[in-house]
Amino acid sequence: MNTVMEDGEPRRRPLKQRYPLTVLILQRLGLSAGLLLAVSILIFGGVEALPGDFAQTYLGQSATPQAVANIRAQLGLERPITTRYFEWLGNAVQGDFGKSWASGNSVSEQIGKRLGNSLFLAFCAAIISVPLAVGLGMLAVHFRNRIPDRIINIISLAAISLPEFFIGYLLILFFSVKFGVASFPATVYDGMSFGERLSAIALPTATLVLVVLAHMMRMTRAAIISVMSSAYMETAELKGLGAFKTIIKHAAPNAIAPIVNVVALNLAYLVVGVVVVEVVFVYPGMGQYMVDAVTVRDMPVVQACGLIFAAVYILLNMVADLIAIVANPKLRHPR
Amino acid sequence: MTDPLKHLTGRIISHGLNRREFMASSMAAGMTLAAASSLYSKAAKAADGEPKRGGHLKLGLEGGSATDILDPAKSQSQFTFALNRNWGDTLVESHPHDGTAVPSLAESWESSADASTWTFKIRKGVQFHNGKELTIDDVVKTLHRHTDEKSESGALGILKSITEIKADGEDLVISLTEGNADLPLLLTDYHLVIQPDGGTENPNAGIGTGPYKLKSYDAGVRATFEKNENDWRSDRGYVDSVEMIVMNDATARVAALSSGQVHYINRVDPKTVNLLKRAPMVEILQTSGRGHYVFIMHCDTPPFDNNDLRLALKYAMDRETMVQKILSGYGKVGNDFPINETYALFPEGIEQRTYDPDKAKFHYKKSGHDGSVLLRTSDVAFPGAVDAAVLYQQTAKKAGIDIEIKREPGDGYWSNVWNVKPFSTSYWGGRPTQDQMYSTAYLSSADWNDTRFKRKDFDKLLLTARAELDQAKRKEMYRDMALMVRNEGGLILPMFNDFVNASNKKLKGYVHDIGNDMSNGYVASRVWIEG
Repeated sequence: MNTVMEDGEPRRRPLKQRYPLTVLILQRLGLSAGLLLAVSILIFGGVEALPGDFAQTYLGQSATPQAVANIRAQLGLERPITTRYFEWLGNAVQGDFGKSWASGNSVSEQIGKRLGNSLFLAFCAAIISVPLAVGLGMLAVHFRNRIPDRIINIISLAAISLPEFFIGYLLILFFSVKFGVASFPATVYDGMSFGERLSAIALPTATLVLVVLAHMMRMTRAAIISVMSSAYMETAELKGLGAFKTIIKHAAPNAIAPIVNVVALNLAYLVVGVVVVEVVFVYPGMGQYMVDAVTVRDMPVVQACGLIFAAVYILLNMVADLIAIVANPKLRHPR
Repeated sequence: MTDPLKHLTGRIISHGLNRREFMASSMAAGMTLAAASSLYSKAAKAADGEPKRGGHLKLGLEGGSATDILDPAKSQSQFTFALNRNWGDTLVESHPHDGTAVPSLAESWESSADASTWTFKIRKGVQFHNGKELTIDDVVKTLHRHTDEKSESGALGILKSITEIKADGEDLVISLTEGNADLPLLLTDYHLVIQPDGGTENPNAGIGTGPYKLKSYDAGVRATFEKNENDWRSDRGYVDSVEMIVMNDATARVAALSSGQVHYINRVDPKTVNLLKRAPMVEILQTSGRGHYVFIMHCDTPPFDNNDLRLALKYAMDRETMVQKILSGYGKVGNDFPINETYALFPEGIEQRTYDPDKAKFHYKKSGHDGSVLLRTSDVAFPGAVDAAVLYQQTAKKAGIDIEIKREPGDGYWSNVWNVKPFSTSYWGGRPTQDQMYSTAYLSSADWNDTRFKRKDFDKLLLTARAELDQAKRKEMYRDMALMVRNEGGLILPMFNDFVNASNKKLKGYVHDIGNDMSNGYVASRVWIEG
């Protein structure tokens, strides 16, 4: 990244001061590319280190030496690890993630479908849970240490303590087995109308909302409370500013950073960490796809999934940092 | 309809007499398993009434994965096994109750006197789903694709003894290195689906001669089918359309069945089967099979190279408790040889080995072994394998034998522990014939000889029995082989597991097939939906 110091004009201020955000974004993007490369090496090495190679695990208990040898020869698995990694990398940077070793299908095509499903579920859970969490957090602050705050706290603690599969099972038991109002399983497939899709994912969405809501809500509450108790809020109040104005002008910008951070973490979890929910609700998302691939060491698929997961995390964290910077005057104008 | 059959049908309808009760009482009355099973099925079919056509059948099945592939040669999951049965046919099928070879795409066959050359007549007037007529050429090409040296077919191992596959006019001729009286049964293997052009062009097309046409397939997620209107058989494929959904979570399967979202689920956990029974509209389908759960010792590795120690460990196994605790009663005790009464030519009258701490103590002392014995296990070996190992440790302790358990990771268990380490837990599915079961795991040269049982006299007996067409002589040989494995082998076989599936009560005509799980994979083509 030498775009920064190309500027040889001594009279002008360095780029970093003139376009702080642009430079920051470019720096972050460069760092992300490096991180992704590191991740791909880690995953490749990790899968290699697992006991048994693809040929053995794919054939499982029914592996004969002859069949194992045939598969190894076909995929060139007997070549050294570095050769295989760089071959994969060479194709990947050109956007070719190859074919799944197990099914022979194009990885990009398969992932396109699965990632779409995962994002759809995550998006539905996010648009419900984020506003709800922030709203409830504010509500809790407003009624601090009074009945509504207590209730919100108890419920959110309970939701955090229950494992997600258990929440899922409870919802299935009540809403589809007992009352028959929600659809189960949540399997989505091509040719479903949008309405059908929405009704299919109602229960997994509800489960995810319950899982992430509590965490975000508690963080929101804590962030606002900590800002409210700071010295400058007291000053603002003593200056005679109205309560509304103090919160908007002084409290909110400083509370946004921690809230956005925790929201970003939870959004990443909604895309990356929902394997259990996918299994319970029979939902064809990315997590299940990657687990299936790791089970048989289907390297092209594992690599592609791993990179996408890493990219989701990196991107969301970057966006969270940028929002925090833009929102916070102190960071926007660094001295 | 004979009178006892009428009576029995009446009892099934009026008292809901279930298969398990019936089998127990009729076998106690001295009926063979196959006869009892077939009688019950006939009566149950009569109780189910005439097949009804139409409707949309939904199955929720465990065992599918995103890495599955449609090519029957590479089929190895429970899901693709049942899926391929819907669209494809094999040359031969096995009879659901006695396991004998029955015609399918091959309508008849005969062999040379020494059973080393076989001629099959291929059925005429059969059409593939794409409208192409089935010819001898398709059959030959299919078998070539599975027996080719470079083949990755799962059937490669069982077809090893074939030297030549060729067309003789309209007939198929198969030559073998040695006589094999069971060859037709080998062709029932689920990988050997006959495909147009043998699947050489596109093995994943999913085009065959089966009762249903494959409409859509999303690996690890779902498959849908519609009825094949040109089916060459009228006694199958009763529903208009089939939907198979991959459900790898046991609780999800139970929820889907009890909320009426699917008609049928497989792999019901024996631990929860009694809870599921309480659900209205749910029927538990229990089928005796040939699969078995095993503890295997390598006969050539110390300390297991001593037969007294092996016997001590066999007597230290409490089989009844295993069946009760690990299988919740959904299974039968085993007798340390891999064959049960569902096989043709089953050797009757071999004494059942029982838990006997005194005998175990005696042989253990005699073996001169001292200290603990290391057993490796993991729950991938079979459901409940870790619990079974702990239970075994307890019963062995009473005989003064100290078993140390090492729990291995499930990941890589089949490549690093099973068939590698000297003492471990494992499972075996059944095989169509005794010959195949023994050839797969007890022949000296077998790849999967996971007890390292290497005996020249046993090998010789096996090969002689294979080509023997006189059934009485053959049965005698199988008895000798069973005794050898039971008394001198490295196999501890506490139990044969039943297949436990469940269905909605609207689902009728389910056939209990000893061949394999899920009515030998044919569930969708054999059942119909009432109301």
